[in-house]
Amino acid sequence: MRPETLTSLLAARAAKQQVALVSNLETGDQTLVFRDRADGALKLDDEALDATRDALRDDKSGRLRRDDAPLFVQVFNPPKRMIIVGAVHIAQPLVTLAQTSGYEVVIVDPRGAFATRDRFPGVTLSEDWPDDALNTLGVDNRTAVVTLTHDPKLDDPALHVALRSEAFYIGALGSRKTHAGRVERLTEAGYSEDEIGQIHAPVGLAINAKSPAEIAISIMAQVTQVLHGA
Amino acid sequence: MSETGIDLQALDHDDVVEKAADWRQSGKNVAIATVVTTWGSSPRPVGSQLAIDEDGNMIGSVSGGCIEGAVVHEAREVMADGKPRLLDFGVSNEMAWEVGLACGGKVEVWVERLD
Repeated sequence: MRPETLTSLLAARAAKQQVALVSNLETGDQTLVFRDRADGALKLDDEALDATRDALRDDKSGRLRRDDAPLFVQVFNPPKRMIIVGAVHIAQPLVTLAQTSGYEVVIVDPRGAFATRDRFPGVTLSEDWPDDALNTLGVDNRTAVVTLTHDPKLDDPALHVALRSEAFYIGALGSRKTHAGRVERLTEAGYSEDEIGQIHAPVGLAINAKSPAEIAISIMAQVTQVLHGA
Repeated sequence: MSETGIDLQALDHDDVVEKAADWRQSGKNVAIATVVTTWGSSPRPVGSQLAIDEDGNMIGSVSGGCIEGAVVHEAREVMADGKPRLLDFGVSNEMAWEVGLACGGKVEVWVERLD
């Protein structure tokens, strides 16, 4: 790898930009492909550029099957992100599991007393109202949103934004009865059955979880399952 | 530490490129190995990387430790002549002296030098 390619790659990673490194496995020539530009010694045609950007979107490194050159696309995407609404007890083990699984975690809770730094070291805390917070954070297809407050006044605004975003996972804590009420409210607010159907509720895989840590495990397992399309 | 001198603690790490760049910055020869193809069950997915410096220090992984030793060996040649190499690793046979994957998978690993 040429020094200028390495420098540019490190800068993109530091800035949390999506970038792919395309290599010709025979010659070693390389090019960095960003969402809006490409830069490097290896010249790529439109077909290869499109395939590379598909790989970026799908977060999937791999060989490009071509007759003329053995090309490999290495995707360098920023970490996946989990936005947790509600700095409640379950959030503590969930933060640990999500971080260990490679997620950047943001906790949103406008109730100042809940989201204290002591309880959540190393986590970005937002005290904005959840819809504002999610709009500011920008919910993309590498983001999971989990609401944990049980309180419609906090959970619903987050869901309003999440349901019309590209979030790959949306989960909401609460019993079936709680969820039935939620569905009613979201329907009244103008959300379609398909949109509302994106919500995983009751949240988490059915493993009879009882303690906050067990519930966090069931949530993390479900997020993982959805991420990998299982 | 295992017999091959592989620090298993260091084998799973996301900042492989950053670490490799640090080594290069400090004046060492460095090679990066990347899993480019897998068939069947393989311990690490496509895109997994291992960085190696001239002293044999490693970070990241391209398998669960099965082929790292052989990759390091090849990486030294890549560091020496600067030519990238595409390495093939198949299923290991307990009765043979070849390096391979006990899990029964196959992987291709590409090794390049940081210039």
